[in-house]
Amino acid sequence: MSILSWVLLGAATAFAIKLAGYLLPQSLLDRPPVTELAAAMTVGLLASLTTMNTVASGQALALDSRLLALAAGAIALKLKAPYLVVVLAGALAAAAGRFFGLP
Amino acid sequence: MGLSIAVAVGVYGVSFGALSVTAGLSVWETCLLSALMFTGGSQFAFIGVVGGGGTGAAAWAAATLLGVRNGIYGMQLKALIRPPARLIPVMAQLTIDESTATATAQDSHDERVRGFWTAGLGVWLTWNAFTLIGALAGDALGDPKQWGLDGAAVAAFLGLLWPRLSAKDPVAIAVVAAMVTIITTPLVPPGIPVLIAAAVTAAVWALQRRRKVVAE
Repeated sequence: MSILSWVLLGAATAFAIKLAGYLLPQSLLDRPPVTELAAAMTVGLLASLTTMNTVASGQALALDSRLLALAAGAIALKLKAPYLVVVLAGALAAAAGRFFGLP
Repeated sequence: MGLSIAVAVGVYGVSFGALSVTAGLSVWETCLLSALMFTGGSQFAFIGVVGGGGTGAAAWAAATLLGVRNGIYGMQLKALIRPPARLIPVMAQLTIDESTATATAQDSHDERVRGFWTAGLGVWLTWNAFTLIGALAGDALGDPKQWGLDGAAVAAFLGLLWPRLSAKDPVAIAVVAAMVTIITTPLVPPGIPVLIAAAVTAAVWALQRRRKVVAE
C-alpha cells in the first residue's frame, strides 16, 4: 500500500474512533465514574503528550531547547498569559536556545 | 479561550506542515492528514514514524492508537453537551484536544457549546491553512527547529494541561503519566508510551477512587 492509502485509512480510522465515542449508550455516560475517568484520562494523556513533545526524539530521550520551551510556557501560564502568548513563548524560547547553540 | 487557542494553533500547524514534508510526505498528503485525520497528536505520530523510516502500517498503528483518546473525548462531550443526533458526525470530526479542553473548561451549557464550536471550527480552519503554509514553506524554511516550532508544540500541550491541575489528584496523575512516558520512551516504538501512560492513568484513578470510597 502507498503512503497515500495509509493516510486515507488512518483518517477513516481516526473518524471512526471519534464517532464511536458519541455512539456509546448514554446510560454508560450517566455514571459519574465514567466522566471522572475521562477527566483523569485527559490529564494523563495531555501530561504524556507534553512530556513526549519535550523529551522524546523518536525512541530516544533528548534534553534540548524544548526544555526551555517547557519552562517558558510554564512561566507564561503562571503569569496567566493568554494561550497564544504561551505558545509563542515556547517557540521563542526554543528558537533562542538554538540561536545560542543549544541542541 | 476558544479563539486564542484557534489562533495559537496556527503556529503549531506551520510546524506540522514543515515537519511532514521534511519527513517525506507530499504537500498533498500532508494537507489530507490535517483536513481528514484532524488530530494533531496522531498526525505527528504518523509523520514521526514515516520520517524515522517506519512502514505505512506502523505509522497508521501509531496514529490510530494515539487517536483512541478522541473516543474518550467524544464520550465526555456527549455527556456534557448532549448534542442533537444530526450534529454528531460534524462534532465527531471536530473532537480533538483543543475543542474538548475548551468545552470542559466552561461553567455553563451554552458556554460549553460555544467553546466547542469556536475552538473546533477555528482550529480546523487555522490548522489546515497553516499546515498548507508550513508544507509549502517546508523546504524554504530549512530546519523547522531553528524557528522553535517544536517548542511551540510543547507549550501548546502544556497550555491545555495547565488549567486541569487545580487539585491534588490531577497533579499526581500528571506526574505519574509524565514519568511513565519518560521511562517507556526508549523501550517501545514511538507513540506507544502515550498509551502506556493512559493505561497507568486509569490504574492511578482507580486507586484514588478506592481511597476516597474507603475514606467516606
